[in-house]
Amino acid sequence: MTLKIEGLTAEVEGKPILRGVDLEVPAGEVHAIMGPNGSGKSTLAYVLAGREGYEVTGGSVTFDGQDVLALEPEERAALGMFLAFQYPVELPGVGNALFLRTALNALRRTRGEPELDAMQFLKLARERMRALHMPEDMLKRGVNVGFSGGEKKRNEVLQMALLQPRFAVLDETDSGLDIDALRIVADGVNALRGPGFSALVITHYQRLLNYIVPDRVHVLLGGRIARSGGPELAQELERAGYGSVQAAA
Amino acid sequence: MTAIPETRPSGAAGFLHRYEGLAGRLPGHRLPWLSALRARGAEAFRAQGLPTRRVEAWKYTDLRPLADAGFEEPLTALDTAPPLPRPRGGARAVFVDGRFRPDLSGLDGAALEAGSLAQALPRLEGRIGALASPEELPLVALNTMLFEDGLLAWVPEGTDAGVLELVSVATDSGRPAAFHPRHLIRLGRGARLTVIETAAGSAGARYLHNPVYEIEVAEGATLVHARLQQEGRQGFQLSTVQARVAAGGTYDNFTLNAGARLVRNEIHVALTGPGAACHMNGAQLLAGGQHADTTTFLDHAAPNCVSRQTYKTVLAGRSRGVFQGKILVRQAAQKTDGYQMNQALLLSPEAEMDSKPQLEIYADDVKCSHGATVGELDHDQLFYLRTRGVPEAEARSLLIEAFLVEAVEGVTDETARGTLQEAVRGWWAREAAAS
Ligand SMILES: Nc1ncnc2c1ncn2[C@@H]1O[C@H](COP(=O)(O)OP(=O)(O)O)[C@@H](O)[C@H]1O
Ligand SMILES: [Mg+2]
Repeated sequence: MTLKIEGLTAEVEGKPILRGVDLEVPAGEVHAIMGPNGSGKSTLAYVLAGREGYEVTGGSVTFDGQDVLALEPEERAALGMFLAFQYPVELPGVGNALFLRTALNALRRTRGEPELDAMQFLKLARERMRALHMPEDMLKRGVNVGFSGGEKKRNEVLQMALLQPRFAVLDETDSGLDIDALRIVADGVNALRGPGFSALVITHYQRLLNYIVPDRVHVLLGGRIARSGGPELAQELERAGYGSVQAAA
Repeated sequence: MTAIPETRPSGAAGFLHRYEGLAGRLPGHRLPWLSALRARGAEAFRAQGLPTRRVEAWKYTDLRPLADAGFEEPLTALDTAPPLPRPRGGARAVFVDGRFRPDLSGLDGAALEAGSLAQALPRLEGRIGALASPEELPLVALNTMLFEDGLLAWVPEGTDAGVLELVSVATDSGRPAAFHPRHLIRLGRGARLTVIETAAGSAGARYLHNPVYEIEVAEGATLVHARLQQEGRQGFQLSTVQARVAAGGTYDNFTLNAGARLVRNEIHVALTGPGAACHMNGAQLLAGGQHADTTTFLDHAAPNCVSRQTYKTVLAGRSRGVFQGKILVRQAAQKTDGYQMNQALLLSPEAEMDSKPQLEIYADDVKCSHGATVGELDHDQLFYLRTRGVPEAEARSLLIEAFLVEAVEGVTDETARGTLQEAVRGWWAREAAAS
């Protein structure tokens, strides 16, 4: 159940963005990726999720020994992979409850589990929402439509809590959150931590890592992992900035 | 090899030929007023013929495939009929190949007077043709000269008549057939009625269904008219609604176009008394080589009236959609509140949508707006759904439904809305499975 990225290169609109990423997240571990704006963090997240237009030009990604790059996005989800988007997408006309139930049932089908009917689903969703301090009317609204920035991020974490992935990428889920919301989001991630779950937490700020304490911290610079270390690396970056890494790399 | 001369004339000549042969046998041929009306129809049709694309109102819809077929009178082959929709337990009028079938209908106990138009002709002088004039529209002219039957529904003043089902099925006798029902619906003051209409046809049948509706909504009355067009894929439907709404009355028309090879759906509504309202919503679900044309004409003739139109078209394959919507606000129609929106979703690069909104405003104190958009499914939305494990076909279906939801939600009647939602889901499930 290890996620293994080797020599990964990728380009967007013919422009090379990832220039050889090597990274391994063993089962049960949470790793953080930090890096300045434009360093390719979201690109890495999208490549892992299989977004079109993000063209892999070399290298490999495996999860649990399977070739991830050969799979469609929904097959990656079925494998247990999840991406919490930096900018969650709005789906006008699609009710949040219908969306969440459709997604959950799609995954349950692939796992050979019976689908949940509307009542069973509501019970589960309410439980998870309470834990995330989300008002229940967020189920009735269109997916992310008219949600505040914080509500969108919490909705991403709700999806993660419902879909129970084995490997999650959280792309700047902390940005735009006040300290209370940040705690709630962190609790949501920490609740999943265990031997059957691993995560890649992308963030700009060391702040989140006070709540989700990572096993390893990596710095992405110019499309490569420029440095890796323990949780203390985040504090160092907070103090000295990325310049020190650049100089060392 | 010598060409075998065509024995049966086709196109407009074919219909006129039929009229000349049948005039002495058509229902009501002994009623002088009706014979005179039919003669007017024939004269108007002879003068205008089947519309061609040279006529402005038919610029986007080509009737040549229809003109080329030589349609005859229907010979009903009941065993080829598609299954009738599940009865709802209320009043139901069933027409097979345009003819009322008392054996399949159930109108007893309904709080309205309903039945076969053909049976009631002697009482209908001055009613038939009161709203649909043959001189205005060639297809009304065609219907006027050849109609045999139709629905007559009259809801007395102050009566809530509940739901009336109007079912039309076309059978397949093996040769092209045309039928031209004339439906008359009248609501007395303060009356209420929901008409849920289904039109279906046997899959391989080549036929023309050319209904004309004359609808009269009196003061304070409400008619909900939900139409599900699921004609056979070789069928043509050319329908004309002529409705008049008096003060404080409401006419809601929802049309779902999901079947037929070619459909033209023409809806003319006149708001003739202060405070009248009209909601026209529709969804067109097109695939293969289907063609669907919705043409609306809203005549705001009195002050303080409200009109709302939302039309959504989903186009797959090589299908073609047309929306033409004209809103006329007459000088007397101050404080008019009119809105029209027409949106299309192209699922294939070979599909095409034409739209032509038109506002003609002669009053100075009005609120009137319209808009049109054409787009494709959003890649980011599809990707988002797929990352959540939703397979691509299901993700598309969800987004298509979301696109249509606004038009379906406009249907104010619960029963009608449920039926339409089911039909929309069924359509996509079939199309997704077929592609
Ligand atoms: N869809 C796109 N089209 C063009 N360029 C893009 C696109 N997405 C990302 N990029 C470019 O790729 C680089 C990395 O972007 P991104 O992965 O979003 O960085 P980060 O998430 O680290 O801020 C940037 O230079 C950005 O301009
Ligand atoms: Mg980013």
